[in-house]
Amino acid sequence: MMTNVVICGIGGQGNILASGLMGSALVEMGYKVAVGETYGASQRGGSVMSHLRVSDDVERGVLIPHGKADVVVAFEPVEALRILRVYGNPETKVIYDTRPAYPLGVLIGEDEYPSLEDIDAEIKARSSISYPLPATEMAVEAGNAKVANILMMGALAALDEMPLGPDDFFKVLEQNFHGKALELNKDVFMVGYRHIKEGGVK
Amino acid sequence: MTTKNEPGKTYLMQGNEAIVRGALEGGVHFASSYPGSPSSQVLGMLGHIAEDQGFRAEWSTNETTALQSCMGASFANGRAICIVKQNGLLFHGDTIHCGALGGVKGGLVIVSSDDPDSHSSTNEFDSRHMAVSANIPMLEPASVQETKDMIPYAFELSEELEQMVLVRVTTRICHGRGSVTLGEIPEKRPFTPIGLWDRMVGINWLHGFLLEKLERAREAFEVSPFNHYTGKEDADKLIITGGTGMKYVQEALEEYGADGEVGVLSLGCLWPLPEKLILKHLSKASKVLVVEEVDPFLEEHISAIAGKARLNVEIQGRADLIPPIGELNPEVVFKAVREYLGVEPKCCGEGCPAMEGVNIPARELTFCAGCPHRASFFILKQALRQEGHKGVVMGDIGCYTMAGQRAGQYGYHFMSCMGSGISAAEGLGQLTNYGFDQPVVSLCGDSTFFHSVVPGLINAKMNEANILHIVLDNSATAMTGFQPHPGTGQTAMGFDTEKISITALCESLGCRVWRADPFDVENTKNLICELIGMKGLKVLILEQPCATLAAKTREKKKVWVDTDICRGSNCGCDGYCSRVWGCPGNIWDFEKNCAAIDEVVCVGCGACASICPSGAIKVEGGDA
Ligand code: SF4
Ligand code: SF4
Repeated sequence: MMTNVVICGIGGQGNILASGLMGSALVEMGYKVAVGETYGASQRGGSVMSHLRVSDDVERGVLIPHGKADVVVAFEPVEALRILRVYGNPETKVIYDTRPAYPLGVLIGEDEYPSLEDIDAEIKARSSISYPLPATEMAVEAGNAKVANILMMGALAALDEMPLGPDDFFKVLEQNFHGKALELNKDVFMVGYRHIKEGGVK
Repeated sequence: MTTKNEPGKTYLMQGNEAIVRGALEGGVHFASSYPGSPSSQVLGMLGHIAEDQGFRAEWSTNETTALQSCMGASFANGRAICIVKQNGLLFHGDTIHCGALGGVKGGLVIVSSDDPDSHSSTNEFDSRHMAVSANIPMLEPASVQETKDMIPYAFELSEELEQMVLVRVTTRICHGRGSVTLGEIPEKRPFTPIGLWDRMVGINWLHGFLLEKLERAREAFEVSPFNHYTGKEDADKLIITGGTGMKYVQEALEEYGADGEVGVLSLGCLWPLPEKLILKHLSKASKVLVVEEVDPFLEEHISAIAGKARLNVEIQGRADLIPPIGELNPEVVFKAVREYLGVEPKCCGEGCPAMEGVNIPARELTFCAGCPHRASFFILKQALRQEGHKGVVMGDIGCYTMAGQRAGQYGYHFMSCMGSGISAAEGLGQLTNYGFDQPVVSLCGDSTFFHSVVPGLINAKMNEANILHIVLDNSATAMTGFQPHPGTGQTAMGFDTEKISITALCESLGCRVWRADPFDVENTKNLICELIGMKGLKVLILEQPCATLAAKTREKKKVWVDTDICRGSNCGCDGYCSRVWGCPGNIWDFEKNCAAIDEVVCVGCGACASICPSGAIKVEGGDA
């Protein structure tokens, strides 16, 4: 068994932390895991992605070859498309946060941000199934926009490709968070998990 | 990073964490570093555990002081580790050569992290040449596990040879994660008193000993567990890899069903090369592919070995099948392996299904929301334009290096290595006495100021430079993750230390110093105009803490756009704030056609309020 997941977004959204927690949970379960992270200097609005590779026998290199992602988890719609075009194939599943973060060029008025309908249509056409989800909004509702990353991990864990359940992830959360933060993280993980298990909102 | 002594237990670890764990398992006494990506987190982590684990960890003013401190600790038989990036390794060039000549007592390991493709660097220099030039042994891990295991091995080797050992890592190791099975954390060894006739002196009559040590390293490397051979014995087709190459090659060979037919020699010991081991496999092969990060280092040295042995073998690599620049990745290696084997590409799925797509905007890097550098470069550009000055701006290395792009209004004309801005400005500024007719401004950040600008400032003062030098003081080494420096009053281990004041230091040299707040846009702009018009050496310190730091300590102001006042692209300003200011928190509401503040991203600095010509951006509450 070998699962390749690309987790992408922009700097400061916590996707590196999220992929690290997911990787640790899988190592605790005895899987061979490799995680690669690509980001520019520090945390300044550029595209950021992590590659999570899970296997039951070999530890792979930290980068997923182009076209070989089984799942793309995107914290931003345009990033979902950017990554899917390169790492996706017709069997790829996509989970993405529908909240746009405008690049500098768009703010300055030199570039245009495509409509969400167009983005969604292309994602659908390029993947086997896609789950648009308002993760940031849902996280704000639950208490804090910053935990959208954990909500997305809940959504990821709900896919058949991932060999783990909420309890396995909670073990790692418990090693890293305490008190209120722990509860909040567990709660939003379940919000994402249930959302996908219930079929998502198409 | 776990400090538990639980040999045999497996954790998911980042490469940088593995360096920390390796130092701990190697019985480290002293660690020092100047931050540089991709290994900038290492010393911070060491600092957190140092007190509990009974060793010293410190941020150094620059890489040279870091290595020299390690040499001091080694003199008393302490084990010392110095962590730098490729530029840092080059920066301590003289120290490493003289240090190698003098040798070491306690194990001294230098970890140098290279950044192929320059993800967070201005270059992709290859550290490995330094080991050859200084005649010191060098290792490079192929996985996170090996990274951890190599550090204690390097300490042992260093003591056996009485020589410093270089461990080269790359971004994909530092920022990659993999499973790491822990080893034991030993008791700390006591120090050895330095006797009347003990010496650590770097002097040329030791040159012969230096080379002898290298030969002993070669013998150790012939049987080192860090060189691996997999695949067919006596293979006619041989792939030789260093570092990250191994895993990419394995995956590529499996992809093309060639893993049984090809031999793979993965070298962890890179200098001096284990010639006998290499020749054993090389002599059976007719065609060799070398896969390594950045320069054709192994390729050229292995070609030399083949040539000396008069082997008839074709050696390929960075010279032909792999591009001569850039990072290794599955695409580059798969393609090289395919061409080497002469097989057709499989449909990789990339761009599959082939179809037209919507245009997606690029996402260029910008300063963080609320970053004072945005304001500083905005002001600088305005000041230069307003006065009709043809001012030349000499930049330096830090977050503000990004100012060369749109984020900083394409803010500087010159940028080279750490500390170079002020001295290049000094030289250029001297020409104003000989007919050169442009004002010269140089820039540096606070951390860079301490790192290497101070000698340049003294030089500028002594030579009566005609420049305006601006220190962008954001109280942080922000680019690499907010490590303490001499101006912050903090240390790696969390103790307070007396702050060194940049203002006082400059004044003590007799410089004229001004201070201003970049968020006070109008006044600061006027001051800069005035200073540019003044003759001689002027130092301006722009003080405002890094936004990310400030967000942690200050209460956030509420910032919003009064949509009655802002008429956006209809009001004549043509969306001035978004168009020119470009803060990611200061966004555009495309439905209402006016400016808006993204509450999730905005850190509430309030600076955009002062640039809106209509006063449409409102600020309320919070600390100043
Ligand atoms: S107040 Fe304005 S400039 Fe400051 S972070 Fe918020 S949007 Fe950006
Ligand atoms: S907020 Fe001010 S600068 Fe920005 S678009 Fe509105 S009026 Fe123009």
